Amino acid sequence: MPEIKVTPLGAGQDVGRSCILVSIGGKNIMLDCGMHMGYNDDRRFPDFSYITQNGRLTDFLDCVIISHFHLDHCGALPYMSEMVGYDGPIYMTHPTKAICPILLEDFRKITVDKKGETNFFTSQMIKDCMKKVVPLNLHQTVQVDDELELKAYYAGHVLGAAMVLIKVGSESVVYTGDYNMTPDRHLGAAWIDKCRPDILISESTYATTIRDSKRCRERDFLKKVHESIERGGKVLIPVFALGRAQELCILLETFWERMNLKAPIYFSTGLTEKANHYYKLFITWTNQKIRKTFVQRNMFEFKHIKAFDRSYADNPGPMVVFATPGMLHAGQSLQIFKKWAGNEKNMVIMPGYCVQGTIGHKILNGQRKLEMEGRSTVRIILDVKLQVEYMSFSAHADAKGIMQLIRMAEPRNMLLVHGEALKMEFLKGKIEQEFNIDCYMPANGETITVSTNPSVPVDISLNLLKREMALGGPLPDPKKPRTMHGTLIMKENSMKLVSSEQALKELGLNEHQLRFTCRVQLQDPHSDLDTLHRIYTHLKSLLKGYTIQHVPDGTVMVESIVIKVSSSAEDPNNKVLLLSWSYQVESFSFNYIHSLLKF
Amino acid sequence: MKLYCLSGHPTLPCNVLKFKSTTIMLDCALDTTSVLNYLPLPLVHSPRLSKLPGWISKDGTINLEKKELLDLSTIDVILISNYHCMMALPYITEHTGFTGTVYATEPTLQIGRYATAHLMQLSFYSSNPEMNNFYHNNMKVTLYTFMSAFRLMTNLNIMIKNQEVVGFFLELFGAVQISPLSSGYSLGSSNWIIQSHHEKVSYVSGSSLLTTHPQPMDQSSLKNSDVLILTGLTQMPTANPDGMLGEFCSNLAMTIRAGGNVLVPCYSSGVIYDLLECLYQFIDSANLGTTPFYFISPVANSSLEFSQIFAEWLCHNKQTKVYLPEPPFPHAELIQTNKLKHYPSIHGDFSSDFKQPCVVFTGHPSLRFGDVVHFMELWGKSNLNTIIFTEPDFSYLDALAPYQPLAMKCVYCPIDTRLNFHQVSKLLKEVQPLHVVCPDQYTQPPPSQSHRSDLMLELQPPPMPYRRCSVLNLPFRRCYERVYILPELANSLVPSELKPGVSVANVSAILHSKDNKHTLQVTAPAPPSKKRKRVVEEPPVGGAPKPLLSGAVPLEPFLATLQKHGITEVKVEETTDGHILHLQAEDTLIQLEEDGTHIVCDNNEPLRTTIRDLVLRFLQKL
Repeated sequence: MPEIKVTPLGAGQDVGRSCILVSIGGKNIMLDCGMHMGYNDDRRFPDFSYITQNGRLTDFLDCVIISHFHLDHCGALPYMSEMVGYDGPIYMTHPTKAICPILLEDFRKITVDKKGETNFFTSQMIKDCMKKVVPLNLHQTVQVDDELELKAYYAGHVLGAAMVLIKVGSESVVYTGDYNMTPDRHLGAAWIDKCRPDILISESTYATTIRDSKRCRERDFLKKVHESIERGGKVLIPVFALGRAQELCILLETFWERMNLKAPIYFSTGLTEKANHYYKLFITWTNQKIRKTFVQRNMFEFKHIKAFDRSYADNPGPMVVFATPGMLHAGQSLQIFKKWAGNEKNMVIMPGYCVQGTIGHKILNGQRKLEMEGRSTVRIILDVKLQVEYMSFSAHADAKGIMQLIRMAEPRNMLLVHGEALKMEFLKGKIEQEFNIDCYMPANGETITVSTNPSVPVDISLNLLKREMALGGPLPDPKKPRTMHGTLIMKENSMKLVSSEQALKELGLNEHQLRFTCRVQLQDPHSDLDTLHRIYTHLKSLLKGYTIQHVPDGTVMVESIVIKVSSSAEDPNNKVLLLSWSYQVESFSFNYIHSLLKF
Repeated sequence: MKLYCLSGHPTLPCNVLKFKSTTIMLDCALDTTSVLNYLPLPLVHSPRLSKLPGWISKDGTINLEKKELLDLSTIDVILISNYHCMMALPYITEHTGFTGTVYATEPTLQIGRYATAHLMQLSFYSSNPEMNNFYHNNMKVTLYTFMSAFRLMTNLNIMIKNQEVVGFFLELFGAVQISPLSSGYSLGSSNWIIQSHHEKVSYVSGSSLLTTHPQPMDQSSLKNSDVLILTGLTQMPTANPDGMLGEFCSNLAMTIRAGGNVLVPCYSSGVIYDLLECLYQFIDSANLGTTPFYFISPVANSSLEFSQIFAEWLCHNKQTKVYLPEPPFPHAELIQTNKLKHYPSIHGDFSSDFKQPCVVFTGHPSLRFGDVVHFMELWGKSNLNTIIFTEPDFSYLDALAPYQPLAMKCVYCPIDTRLNFHQVSKLLKEVQPLHVVCPDQYTQPPPSQSHRSDLMLELQPPPMPYRRCSVLNLPFRRCYERVYILPELANSLVPSELKPGVSVANVSAILHSKDNKHTLQVTAPAPPSKKRKRVVEEPPVGGAPKPLLSGAVPLEPFLATLQKHGITEVKVEETTDGHILHLQAEDTLIQLEEDGTHIVCDNNEPLRTTIRDLVLRFLQKL
């Protein structure tokens, strides 16, 4: 029986370094190729030696699919393709293809230039890697080879995020990447059709959370920012350059305009302008409202939000600063955090999920004293006095959203990745209970095997099909099964289902007629002709709905059964019935007609 | 399979394809050439124009009056290939009882939406009863119906991208798959493939092989078509677009240098992007850096903005720019540097900014309505000025007729990037469709150049021509359909090998047909018969019928088999066709022939079945 195998190399009962291997219909596919923000050693990247111990991966993978540009989904891509070695196609959407290399370059700079690591991928490797990328359009069916096809759906998580349907023959898998089932201020909601995959591989970051309405969260957020500004505090919002940042910028921009606020809003890093530009050019990937109004007013042209300079951090008075990266694990956001942490008037708002091991994760868990790595090996203890707020703005589906997606796609099996084990366990129970399907949550390196039961596609001759359909009457009646009979001819790669007569013709065979004849003795005083006629009327009255013919040459035909009468010379009353039929009508004829003739 | 041809205009097609119980309309273009029958609509009353006799050049032909050909309400879907071919859409969606879906790529839909609205606005701005009549008489559409038609389109959320249609009307499309292919002609323009598992129809409309801004034409997907419907070839087979572009630039520069103005009547999207891109490169070298360029159209801004956001639909070079990220079209820079200015109309800001000499792009290319009429009145009298025609849809002489006598120079450089006859023959040679269907006009040289046998399609087998209102029977028979054998049934089948590589299996199964998808599954076990019932009453039905037999029964082995089963006294008699076996002890005859076996056996049912089974051993069952 055919099987689909799924093995996470990363993101199995964990968030970070998403990388899932799928074997389906003899094809091997890698879904995402991410890095882990919580580690700085080997564990940062997925363990590709699982695929092969000796070198290049090209022979072992048919394609690689990247769901979106977040580094935990694409951060290991140049390492995998250029350093481990992979020359096959890498599929991603246009916006992902545009933005991914920039984030990779950023990541490289931080690791190599700032932390001084060697043996890391180079800028050239990023470029070479991107040359292997084949762009995917939404809803476009892409043929990887003759058997393997892909189709991307809108996932809503960040600009260009996609869910992917992977199909080989009648077997299929859907990988969601990260997705969001509620539209936000700049993106639409994820959508998929009822594709009934064998396995739905879903993220489960917020497996146990059911979030309150977006409006409430937005109001809370604005209230907190506003209060802090009012009392003269500084607000730090660590974000990733693309994604939440734009949503929150739109939110603050409209709020500032409405409230006529004067406190400056800054956006760190040179990426801002560029990032917003991407949103302008890929406006078709944003939500309906922005798309509709972009000609009159482009939502990504901000009036109140200005570029940040390092020196502004020491300026007196209130301000709001968006700084990267979002988990406070390095870079500008961490620098500003260190500067502002000591003042209780200040505030840091964490708008997204923080991976274990990052400063963001620590302060969210209430840690108030942080050990920081200094310039040299000196350790500095940082007292955290500023207010720490968490607002879930990260665009992942919550438990309700995940259930909603299952309802949309109607998978036969469910597989959870990209979440914490305990939370997954809870969601797994809920899914199994509500949908009555198997739900898996493999750990990294653990293989899940799901056997599929694909139906066999066959070409049926239209004559046969139409004949069978006509039998059922003009309207199909689901209660009356229509049985059809035919011959399946299997020749090389083709399978044809035709009527038996056509099969004989196509195969160039002669039909062999098998006939039977039997004599039945009968006592009847009438003449031969009369006897025959009596048999005719007798059968006619019994067999309704059959063709019964009285042929002038002295035979009665019931369908294709021939009945003849003769009498012996000695005793005219002793009639002999000759019954002749072919093998094909045997079950109908002999026993039955014979029994009828005992009159 | 039938094709109903509602339009005889080769570049403004409207055909309906009936295929596997679906009815698909391929494009619904509106032939607006009859607008030339009317007088221009000036901004202010013009005594000269109003004194002209209302002249009729030729009969206007509008596509859709031949209703009796086909009930348009039975159309399931409409496929739009580019935004030039959707102007009659509102008529269909509003006045025919059409309840299906319209499919178009996103750029086609977005650009078509305002292009159509533009046409309506232009003609209604002028609020001239005559123009209103034009629409009323011919199309029975009002601005309202146009708008509501587009509302209908958005409501159905029919903006699909290059996709396999499995969405909204599954029961209809279980039968056929529809997918758009890039056609390279304009932003988002597409050809369509309509196929089932065994048949493939390609619809080619307005395609281009030139490298302009759109994504290149997908040619390879057109391969293996049973029928290829070919429309929308170039209207200017003798004009080379590159040459025309050069002529356009040089005439423009010459006029400006001499202190004159240039008027370019054009549509608000399409070729204008290429003209602007060409000028962007040309302006500095020709020292035109200070000349203002004006683009005046109610939808100028939308058109320029929209062109920048469809990266997926652009050629590779432009896509790469978006990755940087930079706007794909250089007109963004022209606008930023104030070289190009755009206005919704000549009222308002334009009148204060207006400086001469200048270049004005405005519509409508028929010169009958829109702001272009005003510029004709303004500049027509001076021989310093030039009007340059680039759109090929209207005869420029007819367009200019009501303005005669004209002093302004007139240059005709039509730019039509669609396939020419040479390109299309090469394409067809490559993709090799079994049959080609095309407008009648393509099967003979144009009437004005009847000696140019290179300006027609010559194919083997010859293409099937269509005229307006023809109904063609497309020449292929469907023989097979896809059916799915469910796993349980597949496992129960017993294949037997007839000869190496060929196996057969008897299939008796229940056929389920739903949404045009057919599946076969195992027959349910017969319900236990009630014994008390008189069996005689009902003839035994159900159960698999006996298979057909094939092969022959060889004499010697058969005798040996009989012997094994205890039938020893056999008298063999040779006949012309075979043998007769007389089983003496049982008084039974077996007649063995090449193509038949006859068993004559009285009142000995067990014997008969034994012999039958022995005979069957030697035969193949189908």
